[in-house]
Amino acid sequence: MAMESSFKNMVACLLVICLVCSALLAGVYAITAEPIAQAAIAKTNAAIAEVVPSFDGEPVSGEVEVNGKSYSYYSVSKDGKVIAYAINASSVGFGGSLNLMVGITAERIVYNTSVLSQSETPGLGAKCTEESFAGQFAGFNPAEKNLAVKKDGGDIDAITASTITSRAYIEAVKNALAAYDAIVSTIE
Amino acid sequence: MEYILIIISAIFVNNILLSQFLGICPFLGVSNKLSTAVGMSGAVCFVITLATLVTYLLQVYVLNPLGIGFMQTISFILVIAALVQMVEIVLKKVSPSLYQALGIFLPLITTNCAVLGVALTVVTKEFTFGGEPHMLNLAESIVYAFATSVGFGLSMVLFAGLREQLSMNDVPKPFKGIPIALVTASIMAMAFMGFSGIVK
Amino acid sequence: MSKMQLIVKGLIKENPTFSLLLGMCPTLATTTSAVNGMSMGLATLFVLVLSNMAISAIASYIPDKVRIPAYIVVIATFVTILQFLMQAFTPAIYETLGLFIPLIVVNCIVLGRAEAFANKNTVADSALDGIGIGLGFTCSLTVLGLVREILGAGSVFGFKFISGDGILAFVLAPGAFLALAYLIVIFRKLTEKKA
Repeated sequence: MAMESSFKNMVACLLVICLVCSALLAGVYAITAEPIAQAAIAKTNAAIAEVVPSFDGEPVSGEVEVNGKSYSYYSVSKDGKVIAYAINASSVGFGGSLNLMVGITAERIVYNTSVLSQSETPGLGAKCTEESFAGQFAGFNPAEKNLAVKKDGGDIDAITASTITSRAYIEAVKNALAAYDAIVSTIE
Repeated sequence: MEYILIIISAIFVNNILLSQFLGICPFLGVSNKLSTAVGMSGAVCFVITLATLVTYLLQVYVLNPLGIGFMQTISFILVIAALVQMVEIVLKKVSPSLYQALGIFLPLITTNCAVLGVALTVVTKEFTFGGEPHMLNLAESIVYAFATSVGFGLSMVLFAGLREQLSMNDVPKPFKGIPIALVTASIMAMAFMGFSGIVK
Repeated sequence: MSKMQLIVKGLIKENPTFSLLLGMCPTLATTTSAVNGMSMGLATLFVLVLSNMAISAIASYIPDKVRIPAYIVVIATFVTILQFLMQAFTPAIYETLGLFIPLIVVNCIVLGRAEAFANKNTVADSALDGIGIGLGFTCSLTVLGLVREILGAGSVFGFKFISGDGILAFVLAPGAFLALAYLIVIFRKLTEKKA
């Protein structure tokens, strides 16, 4: 049944298989490239919509640098006035980098936060995505309250047994606030 | 300092077998005897380090410039398969005694997901050793790959030692073989969890 | 063997997880919840069916000595196609399963079926064999995920039935080994009586 294993046969066979497979892959890649890019955009847009008040038009993206670290952000406006910024900020958590989308309104109040990616321990630090913890940041005004866990004298309840993750989350929000200040100062 | 963090993290904190679940097949398959476990660990260590070096260069100097990142999985597995063959041939010629010790394990390594897993992790994941998240450079990748395989060897050898002891005990019939080995692995994983958090 | 038997044997007699103990890495790593386990199982099913069909179709043209590299290329191609499709249409699941999607390439179940079944049977039979083994794998992963989710998080398919936490260890690494060990024991007890 199988073909003879001569050198010529083997080389030819592998070559044909590799060519066909590469062509197939290139084809599927070309077809799916568009949906993949769209899925990424849809994900970013969903994260933006989650962390800022309702807006009209498209979010406008930009970059800002604070202390040598660059942050990408999206400004959203309503009736021609910028009402909030969604800032992509990160910090180092327990299991790796913690990546957040933080929405800050024009009044410098944290509107909401959303976790873009995290590698915290399942069942412990990974709870940072849940409402019971993340909800504390919705409507948080850093001018009135102290952005730190209660253990450090602040106003945020840390996740049980996951103080490092909680601190990292706060760190990311603080980074976003710093980026916000930089954005506002460049505009004014 | 950063290298020390990488080494400790890869061996203990993120042990490839007990916390990342890569390379479980040889972990369960060839851990009956201490001597074979040592041989397997040696072969894996060698191949993982070499494979990571080659696939890293392939990714950075061939796949990225040509914009054919989509060939990643397919090209990596081919490189690993070819490399394993080559190591086998070279070892046979250069050091017959080492070949005798590692030889029978080499063909098994191609389908050891630890090798492909480490190669893919190194070029796709951002690491946070020493502060800012960043991609590993070549030297860090090699150190990471080597340390990971040392971690593989460590848990493999410990596990084989435990299983040698276990085989002399009277285990309930349904637990014989793999189940009792899995229970042992579970307790080892608990012990290794104690390391978590020492390296950020 | 009848068509039906081809499918059913994968569920019990040749169950890849509990009986043959193959493909342990994704089994342990991705079953933190029932949904994750099921997604991983279905992803493997997809690759298994397509690679089984492709390999049975081309097996007679491949010289014997290079069959393993040839099979690996075919399998890797389908895995990469799966990666694209998942990135495009189910990005959330793709991110959760992460590294273990490309690692389907080295899942011994896929190469094992190619070598043991697909290269000497017809395309249709190979497809059925792929479906059977793939379903067996999916069921095992779902069951293991379900057990770990119930014990570890107190929920079923994401719906919480107790308030508060479960036994955390079951979501983490040690629980994976332990839950699998006991499921294999239960599976052995059950199949023993049947035989």
